[in-house]
Amino acid sequence: MALTREEVLHVAELARLSLGPEEIEVFTRQLNDILTYIQKLQELDTRGISPLAHVIPIFNAFKEDKVQAGLPRDLALDNAPAREEGNFVVPRVI
Amino acid sequence: MEYEAVIGLEVHAQLLTASKIFCGCATTFGGPPNTQVCPVCLGMPGSLPVLNRKAVEYALKMALATNCQIQAESIFARKNYFYPDLPKGYQISQYEQPLAEHGHLTIRINGAARRIGITRIHLEEDAGKLIHSEARPVSFVDFNRTGVPLIEIVSEPDIRTPDEAVEYLKGLRNILLYLEICDGNMEEGSFRCDANVSLRPSGAAGLGTKTELKNMNSFRFVKMALEYEIKRQRALLADGREIVQETRLWDAAQNQTVSMRGKEEAHDYRYFPDPDLVPVRISAEWVESLTKKLPELPAARWARFQSQFGLPAYDAEVLTSDKALADYFEGCVKEFPQPKQVSNWIMVELLRELKKEEVGIASLPVTPAALGRLLNLVDKGTISGKLAKTVFEEMMATGKDPEAIVKERGLVQISDAEALLPLAQEIINANPKEAADFRAGKTKVMGFFVGQLMKQTKGQANPQMANDIFKRLLG
Repeated sequence: MALTREEVLHVAELARLSLGPEEIEVFTRQLNDILTYIQKLQELDTRGISPLAHVIPIFNAFKEDKVQAGLPRDLALDNAPAREEGNFVVPRVI
Repeated sequence: MEYEAVIGLEVHAQLLTASKIFCGCATTFGGPPNTQVCPVCLGMPGSLPVLNRKAVEYALKMALATNCQIQAESIFARKNYFYPDLPKGYQISQYEQPLAEHGHLTIRINGAARRIGITRIHLEEDAGKLIHSEARPVSFVDFNRTGVPLIEIVSEPDIRTPDEAVEYLKGLRNILLYLEICDGNMEEGSFRCDANVSLRPSGAAGLGTKTELKNMNSFRFVKMALEYEIKRQRALLADGREIVQETRLWDAAQNQTVSMRGKEEAHDYRYFPDPDLVPVRISAEWVESLTKKLPELPAARWARFQSQFGLPAYDAEVLTSDKALADYFEGCVKEFPQPKQVSNWIMVELLRELKKEEVGIASLPVTPAALGRLLNLVDKGTISGKLAKTVFEEMMATGKDPEAIVKERGLVQISDAEALLPLAQEIINANPKEAADFRAGKTKVMGFFVGQLMKQTKGQANPQMANDIFKRLLG
């Protein structure tokens, strides 16, 4: 099952990547190589084995419902591209 | 052609935990922007989310209260999309193996019961809050809400009318309030609803193309938006045109749904199990201990109000549709054990005052015991039912005891024949024509005489006694 050029463009769009014509070709080939490599796993017979959601057999790691101090606002906004009145400011989305 | 609507609802309810679902930040509403944030809810690299046990318990309670099957094992997934209110670039939610499935809620429409299926209930984190600038092409982002625990309750497409949708939503909200796991505030967004709507030829089995409605932050808007959307789709189909599958926003200013043009991307969330979070196993013991702790739920209370207090189904429904109101009723009956009378007073006088004042029942100046004592005064004949309404209004305004108001204003009913007799005689003497009419058989004039006596005693004469006295004097 080879990955098509359209699928690569779709994935790029979902990841907000704009690819040049050469890149599309390179990535299509590389992604296909990776998939082919991983496809080796398809040879395993997994009948009767339930899907694994986590590799470590641990369940129910909980925290109690206690409020703890977070970050001071100045620190929280340290990486903001722009800030105003305590808010992160971003290009308008609507 | 006749069409019927097929409606499914997705409800998001914020859980009343003190801290967020995966970190220790406070969940309080209305704090200054970005003052309840930490590396986990800001999605900083290297931070590790840890699940809040109480959020799981609250979600399980709702699952039990809506007859869901709780899954023995449940996992969290990443739902990937880009939006500025989502700092990680994904929302932690549940996709495969949600917490609970296959539940239902029974609603009553005009007395008839309808069972609405619940597909699933799962846990997820809320997103941040965006405010769009009016003046400049920017948006402001506040991450205080990011990571507040939500349950999403997804219904089956079992709903057929806007009224059923509203009843279902009210029913869910009521259960959340009875369980005390959500404050149910639709305006502040702690109880939100999206709707999927499509039409199909009446009685057909398949499903038509649906639209998704958002931005309905009151029951009234849910009803209006659904009515509008059904009408819009019906008109398109009648014209032989097709419904476009899209998300539409309710515009409360224009009273219409509008397409979210341009914002619609192919939904491709690329869900996968979140490697930061380990699976949750719900033991039978855990479920059992929660089941034991469940409070009496609205449906059970509705039945009990009919069996224990002999109330009509309608009264029981009005009273139990609001936990605080039902508590108020029971508090009042403790003081004055005549349930139907208490119910009448609450449903007429109290609800009218509540509507007028636009306050919640919790902030009422009149306690249930005080209302009970007022009804006692009427029952004992100390004041008339009519005066009781005046006293009640003053209780609402001042918060004073009924006994104190009656005493202060000298409202005690005059049930003393010796005191009323001379007054009645005076009235007869002053109105010879009416007296003659009565004696000639025009018994309707009695109303006039009693009215006059009431006027003279400022409404304090015992009406039954006044009647008897006039009958005697004119007989």
